[in-house]
Amino acid sequence: MVWINSIVQGVMLGGLYALFAAGLSLMFGVMRFVNIAHGDFIVVGAYLILTFVVSWGLSPVLGVGMVLVLLAVAGYMNQRLLLNRVLGKDILPPILVTFGMSIIIQNGLLEVFSADSQKLQTGWLETTSVQLGDQFAVGLLPFLMFMTAVAVIGLLQFVFYKTPLGRMLRATSDDPEIVPLMGGNNAHTFALATGLASLVVGVAGIWLAMKTNFDPAAGPARLLFAFEAVIIGGLGNIWGTLLGGIILGVAQTVGAQVDAGYQILAGHLAFLLVLVIRPTGLFPKVSH
Amino acid sequence: MTMIAQTGAAPRLQTSLSVIILGATLAALATAPMWAGRAELRLLMEALSYLALAQMWNLLAGYTGLVSVGQQAFVGLGGYMFFGLAIFGGMGVLPALGLAAVGTAIIAIPTGWLAFRLNGAYFAIGTWVIAEVFRLGMAQVGSLGGGSGISLPVDVARSLADGRAEREMAMYYIAFAIGVASVALVWGLLRSRWGLAMTAIRDSELAAETVGVSTRRLKFMIYVLTAGFTALAGGFLFLQKLRITPDAAFSVNDWTAFVIFIVVIGGIGTIEGPIIGTVLFFALRQVAADWGTWYLMLMGVIAISVMLVDKRGIWGRIESLTGWHLLPVKRTLD
Repeated sequence: MVWINSIVQGVMLGGLYALFAAGLSLMFGVMRFVNIAHGDFIVVGAYLILTFVVSWGLSPVLGVGMVLVLLAVAGYMNQRLLLNRVLGKDILPPILVTFGMSIIIQNGLLEVFSADSQKLQTGWLETTSVQLGDQFAVGLLPFLMFMTAVAVIGLLQFVFYKTPLGRMLRATSDDPEIVPLMGGNNAHTFALATGLASLVVGVAGIWLAMKTNFDPAAGPARLLFAFEAVIIGGLGNIWGTLLGGIILGVAQTVGAQVDAGYQILAGHLAFLLVLVIRPTGLFPKVSH
Repeated sequence: MTMIAQTGAAPRLQTSLSVIILGATLAALATAPMWAGRAELRLLMEALSYLALAQMWNLLAGYTGLVSVGQQAFVGLGGYMFFGLAIFGGMGVLPALGLAAVGTAIIAIPTGWLAFRLNGAYFAIGTWVIAEVFRLGMAQVGSLGGGSGISLPVDVARSLADGRAEREMAMYYIAFAIGVASVALVWGLLRSRWGLAMTAIRDSELAAETVGVSTRRLKFMIYVLTAGFTALAGGFLFLQKLRITPDAAFSVNDWTAFVIFIVVIGGIGTIEGPIIGTVLFFALRQVAADWGTWYLMLMGVIAISVMLVDKRGIWGRIESLTGWHLLPVKRTLD
């Protein structure tokens, strides 16, 4: 029973990791671009919701809306004004620029919020549970978190395959040199992709704030979890990313069940194991 | 007949200027224990270790295009292996440092095999995951102190030389040897046929492969070599600190972020770049030591600016303006 419980907890946690991973996957898919500061932007989202709801006392709905709008706009601007200028065949400039951003964000957060660990208290949400079957219950908060992940990934899938924006994103991903000839504006499309990814980063940050403790240095670990979920699931497969997140989450909670010190390590080892067995991930759509 | 000559016709003035600068720097560093105080000597030791780390990261990223964010794995492994060999193996400082470097290079073979399954930016993050595995794994090794770390027994440091001044001099010359050897190694390597292949990869991997460079094998070899040398510097850095913990040993900020900033600001893909970068980094640190987090943010801003303004860095810019090579490795047609 303990084991089943930790597996179910792991699946719920996997939802959070899928939320971390979706934005990273989207940006890589469209621009072949890996944002090293991805985890730090998630942590920024967490601090923003904490500031709006706790420090300023805004209503949670307004706070959530503000976080999402702020991050989406910031993501668009960041891509348009800065990141677009370093995109190209050379992989080094984007890695270095986002690495620099990561250091700036971590130290900026440290300056503003101190190194203390924070968490957004959610009151009754945390103490209520959902009955699944006769003898099984999960917390309402993890349950909602998992359902959010499913909804976000379903929505991204819809945007990507059923809307004009998605068509543009896919076309730019397939051939960024031809799209401008057809009247597309790559700079704008890339910025929209990052804006959309940042919206998901906002959602991930809000759930991070409610689910776990976080501090200014929490970003890099989130980046690694996001990255592992993407690779385990297989590049280019957005539902695969959800499964990748779940596998990572389950590996961590089962590892923690063995010994608390093994939680993160077990997740990393599961990732390396997948890398040994299937370097293209478990459910690859495209190979690079 | 057209021949490929090593250096081509560098203007004689620049060549003699290079010799004077290099000679003066080497002479100043070699005699440092005579003119520098204890604090300066410690700073120089750290700077020389960082020079070695920067040369190795530059060799990896600047010449073979393997952008690793996980070099802290090898600094940490070198440090821990050195402590293990010195404490439990009863080895002297020098053999323990050497063996730690060789041992780490051997460990780099399977880790490289794993990391090489990922390409480009994913390789970068993959190396970071591997470094985290070593950090978390080391925290579980009870005999090396687990998460709280372990100190180097006083006898080990004492075995270097009698008396405090002599010990510090011995330590300094180890750092001097590591720093100078790292530059000499990269320089020698780049002037060899391996270097020609690496320069070809740096300029165009596809073209290099077409003309028969076995890029994958070469990259793997460089990865293992830099791992070993990085471990040597790592072993020394923790000999200087006398205490090692998993968080300090496998710190991404200390052993990779700073090193990347040094290389990028100085000039990636050149031997001179890491040297200039190291000098600037330590000079800036002396000035901004009490700025705390602002100093780190400043480093980030500078690194981003370099990428936006001229990604060749300071030395790359100087080189393109003057055509001057302090340590020539270029082959030109005459």
